[in-house]
Amino acid sequence: MTFLTDLASQLPGATELGLIYAISALGVYLTFRVLDFPDLTVDGSFTMGAATGAMLISHGTPAWLSLVVAFAAGAVAGSLTGLLHTKGKINGLLASIIMMIALYSINLHIMGNKANVPLLGVDTVFTPLETAGFMRNSWTGSLILGLWILALCIVLVLFLHTRSGLSLRATGDNEQMSGSFRIGTDSQKILGLAISNGLVALSGALMAQYNGSADVTSGIGLIVIGLASVIVGQAIFGQRRVWQAIIAAALGAVLYRWVLQLAMGVGLPPQDLKLASAVLVVLALLLPRLSFVRNIRANRARRRQEDALAELVDTQTEPASAGTPAGAKEADRA
Amino acid sequence: MLEIKNLSKTFFPGTVNERKALTGIKLTLNDGDFVTVIGSNGAGKSTLLNMIGGRLRPDVGRVLIDGRDVTRIPEHRRARWVGRVFQDPMAGTAPHLSIEENLSVAMGRTRARNLLPGVSHKDRQFFVQQLGSLELGLENRLKAEVGLLSGGQRQALSLLMATMTQPHILLLDEHTAALDPSRAALVSQLTGSIVQRDKLTTLMVTHNMEQALQLGNRLIMMHEGRIILEVDGDTKAGMTVKDLLGEFDKIKGGASDRTLLQ
Repeated sequence: MTFLTDLASQLPGATELGLIYAISALGVYLTFRVLDFPDLTVDGSFTMGAATGAMLISHGTPAWLSLVVAFAAGAVAGSLTGLLHTKGKINGLLASIIMMIALYSINLHIMGNKANVPLLGVDTVFTPLETAGFMRNSWTGSLILGLWILALCIVLVLFLHTRSGLSLRATGDNEQMSGSFRIGTDSQKILGLAISNGLVALSGALMAQYNGSADVTSGIGLIVIGLASVIVGQAIFGQRRVWQAIIAAALGAVLYRWVLQLAMGVGLPPQDLKLASAVLVVLALLLPRLSFVRNIRANRARRRQEDALAELVDTQTEPASAGTPAGAKEADRA
Repeated sequence: MLEIKNLSKTFFPGTVNERKALTGIKLTLNDGDFVTVIGSNGAGKSTLLNMIGGRLRPDVGRVLIDGRDVTRIPEHRRARWVGRVFQDPMAGTAPHLSIEENLSVAMGRTRARNLLPGVSHKDRQFFVQQLGSLELGLENRLKAEVGLLSGGQRQALSLLMATMTQPHILLLDEHTAALDPSRAALVSQLTGSIVQRDKLTTLMVTHNMEQALQLGNRLIMMHEGRIILEVDGDTKAGMTVKDLLGEFDKIKGGASDRTLLQ
């Protein structure tokens, strides 16, 4: 019983962590899913956000402003990866690895050549919540944080449905077609990488403020955490609509934290956490290919197709439409 | 108006694979001209279209659209004036975007890409009316993902997307070749009616001689990077596939004789 009560008491804290990581998951969703670009820059830009934010706060900058600057710093890092890839014609994965390695040194410089910058006795964005006793042991902190993340999700969904957002999605979906409709696909990729890494850096800055210190290793493996959140979340909550995919990625991040908390609760040593993360991602990638999962999905797809067919038959019976036999044949193929 | 001046392109110059794709092509399309292009594989038809579209740059020569030299303008900026439909039905649309979102992307050819909603209420009314002209019932499926459509439906949609913003030049690259005969006939018929209705200046590559004669007011035949035959007006209207094949054999035979003599 003590195990269960322990776990229950740790759940609010795990949820808070998950919600902060959810911002990273949204960033990874933008590159990995929307742009179809596996971007490893995020390992560096997460730490960069943490380092930039922590240094600014400890030198007296207001906490909210440090978050804005952290976002901007991440966006610059993402743009550089984008430039290397589009203008420099370097393979995307390689360009992002190069940037990730370069950021490691840059982050140490930002932190004044120290591996750790403590944030003791300074006000963070969480200070008001903590003094009110809303964080870690209470669900109120999760609720407030969750509302902020929800607002961020809504902004992102709205953006992806603007004319500009459609250009971004079209670029990731069919680059050749996008070019033929006057979309500058290079600029779109740079924009997408900038927003993505900006979000990841924002997430890193918040994490440093939450933990009370910035650590130069905090971003290591973030891409795996991000991918796990996106893949697991979308496998469970779906990804057919944009809003669905985005909410699923955010929830995936929270779920991921819960699973880790559970793993530690049953005695997984902390040094094995990253291994557990890797195993989880592999499982999430392989599970959808197992036969019984495929069957469930095939059934779901068939049902959707039948709905579409029914809809089509409705429209085909109208006098203005094309010949019915040909139309029905097409629906079969769809 | 489209003017092509002395266009030449050699692939892999100075290597054993050197291939002259185009040699001194000269061609002028007046406003409203619909030119069909035929010729065997490797004749340079697609290369010509790619140069007008901006995907390839010529070694020599210039491309002018309405008097503006666009030779050095990259594809995605030239797209303001040029509409294209490709052979592959998958190439002209974004599969994970809905029908209305694809149409919005197509509208972006001439309008600003800003933070306004991609599909406004007014857009939707316009899309319904445009899709109605295809007579495929797509106007009732605005929210459907394009990836769920059949090849014929996708190609009809591609044609609509390429033409609905009234491009100055329309390029069709064997856009019915990958469809089954009945769907090919439908898209071919749609092409004819849209081009005629909007008086679009059009260049269409095809392998189908019947289609080449049936559509358009002019016809050119290409062979080994050159234009070897041009017919228009009444001559074209009176031609049959047999005449065309005869011309092809005659000129091709002559050309290879000339090559032998050199």
